[in-house]
Amino acid sequence: MSQVKPLHYQSTRLPAQPRLMAILNLSIAALLVVGLVTSQWLLGDLPQQMQFDARLVPPSSHHWLGTDALGRELWARTLAGLGLSFWVGSLAAMLSTLIALSLAALATLSRRLDTLVSLLIDTLLSVPHLILLMLIAFALGGGTQAVIIAVAVTHWPSLARVLRAELLQLRQAHYVRISRALGKSRWFVLQAHLLPHLLPHCLVGALLLFPHAILHEAALTFLGFGLSPSQPAIGVLLADAMRYLSGGYWWLGVFPGLGLLLMVLGFERLASHLRRAL
Amino acid sequence: MLTIDRLSLQLPFYASWWRRDWTTCIEAFSLPFSAGEVHAVVGASGAGKSLLAYAIMGLLPPAARLTGQLFYQDQPLDDARQRQLRGRELALIPQSLNALDPLVRIHRQVAWAAQRAGHPSTIAQHSARQALDHYQLDARAQQAFAHELSGGMARRVLTAMAHVSQAQLIIADEPTVGLDPLQRNRVLAALRTLADQGKSVILITHDLRHALPIADQVTIMRDGKQVETASASAFQGTGSALTDAYSQALWLALPDNNFSPDVIRAQEQTPKEANIA
Amino acid sequence: MLEARQLSFQFSPDMALIQSVSLSLDAGQWIGLCGDSGAGKSTLGKLLAGYLTPQAGDVTLDGEALPKNGLQPVQWLPQSPELAVNPRWRVGKILHEAWKPSEAQCQAFGVQQGWLTRFPQALSGGELQRVCVLRALAPGVRFLVADEISTMLDPITQVELWQALKQEAEKRQLGVLVISHDSALIERLCPQRYHLSEGKLKLN
Repeated sequence: MSQVKPLHYQSTRLPAQPRLMAILNLSIAALLVVGLVTSQWLLGDLPQQMQFDARLVPPSSHHWLGTDALGRELWARTLAGLGLSFWVGSLAAMLSTLIALSLAALATLSRRLDTLVSLLIDTLLSVPHLILLMLIAFALGGGTQAVIIAVAVTHWPSLARVLRAELLQLRQAHYVRISRALGKSRWFVLQAHLLPHLLPHCLVGALLLFPHAILHEAALTFLGFGLSPSQPAIGVLLADAMRYLSGGYWWLGVFPGLGLLLMVLGFERLASHLRRAL
Repeated sequence: MLTIDRLSLQLPFYASWWRRDWTTCIEAFSLPFSAGEVHAVVGASGAGKSLLAYAIMGLLPPAARLTGQLFYQDQPLDDARQRQLRGRELALIPQSLNALDPLVRIHRQVAWAAQRAGHPSTIAQHSARQALDHYQLDARAQQAFAHELSGGMARRVLTAMAHVSQAQLIIADEPTVGLDPLQRNRVLAALRTLADQGKSVILITHDLRHALPIADQVTIMRDGKQVETASASAFQGTGSALTDAYSQALWLALPDNNFSPDVIRAQEQTPKEANIA
Repeated sequence: MLEARQLSFQFSPDMALIQSVSLSLDAGQWIGLCGDSGAGKSTLGKLLAGYLTPQAGDVTLDGEALPKNGLQPVQWLPQSPELAVNPRWRVGKILHEAWKPSEAQCQAFGVQQGWLTRFPQALSGGELQRVCVLRALAPGVRFLVADEISTMLDPITQVELWQALKQEAEKRQLGVLVISHDSALIERLCPQRYHLSEGKLKLN
């Protein structure tokens, strides 16, 4: 036997402290979120301030992302729009998750309820999203509330389907059945065994719903069924930009669009990251 | 054939949210495995038996910390060589039946294993059929998908895969768990056949009693350390041929013997807890 | 007395797994049940513990049907303890789900206080199985169905578990049905032994 170096599994494939890295990533994301949430207060009325001597100015060192037709700073409006989208998106995603969770839990109670929930899921999934969205938002009279409710009501089925399947499988788990045999009530089993197990699913589900919700909010607003044109929502900015696009005022559309894209992609990535981790 | 020299393995775990500590799973394990023998590695669950198998195959999680050396046919067995020999000279019969591809018919999977060993496709198919016949899997089982097989049949399919791969070293990880006596005996007989063909078989199991009839050597493991290596014939009568009290107790605790753990009660105070804490 | 009368059970209509099987288990009695895998041993055990409902026949306890809710007087112990505990719960919470065993009882089953703050993944199969057995011994439990509970354990742990259970059963007059394909083990434990094959029960 010739002499050899000891085996090296001290690996180069993973960072030395994988969990520390994950925490770092999450902190950065949290910081961004806090920034977006507080942007409304930080910016004050800057997004609404009109400067009539500086209308439709292209991006420069003075006007970072340029200004719009009324001389309002585009960077402030974009940020405010993203902040608004974030609020609407997270509320809608949370509501949606709540609906999905309660319907999935309901489905476990009896076979008939299960059939009913499944039917509801399939029906909603078979109707195109956007049309339903517009109808509901229109019926509710538009505005922030209407958008949130419309997005929440249309986005839960896919998550509900996952949660229902998970619950049905989990209900057969030995420890769940043993818990019942040890004299625990249905309610105890649901909240102590089943729901905690679903929490990561819900978290990831909500995070995956979130970019969807934002996109649909923007689309709805763009089409005029959503937030009121006086608010600096991304959808409103983009709709405005359409009118000036042919005039060569490219920055009006590009920057809000890019901002939206970055936010959506960012959260999509965060969610898939989490899904793999959990 | 395979020599393990002072192998130690540590795995990371999180003591708190971010503090990472290491627990020692295998400690200074040294052992030669020879060709033509079935070498049983026996121990309680959590003794580090399966990890030993993964260490030999090079299938440990990347975060694992491994020291010591492995020699395969007198050449050092390192990361690159493991990757090269895996599925050719080294074969693992895994514990989990999920190892079979659920979407591919059994005979094709076995043929793949043969192809990986370097046979051209037609010969591979032929030898796959031969091997499956040899392990008493009929034509229906050969055409089946993994989920249509019973536990014992699936284990024999995995054994057949190790067989056709022409592997010289075969590690079977708990091949008898969950099998009834008939199936178990078939699987064990299959392993014995491999050893009789001059291959080296490492049988990892907690089931001392059923390992004994087919094993040549038995190594008892406890908490990551090797307690004793003895020839299988030492396990008989009152176990007086065994040198270590723990392996003696293990033998005497079997239902066909004393069915009593009293022998080790005195030694039970060994700091088992300290290892994990 | 736990009594099964003329039980029949089948998963699919064309394959009867258990055909009118009758069995009675007295307080303090140990009965062994062996048979090939797939013979329906586990199914019979689950029927007795009320985990499955028979298509014909009934299971009675002192002449009455098993209760639907509340602590079941017949407890079922499965083969793999890993599946029988909630992986998100600490061992202490798992053990105390239905009752709080005394320190002496913990000691008898070799359940150490240090385990209670850990998660089940940090315990070996043998250690966890002891926790599961102790958990099932809540006051009010009178019968146990032990389905291959020591198959995954090494010989020493196996003996220790059975000895502890034997003592507790004697003290409380528990009736135990031991299901295993290890006939040597069953011979050691049970004076009365049955063999299940082709849906019928035979006295050994």
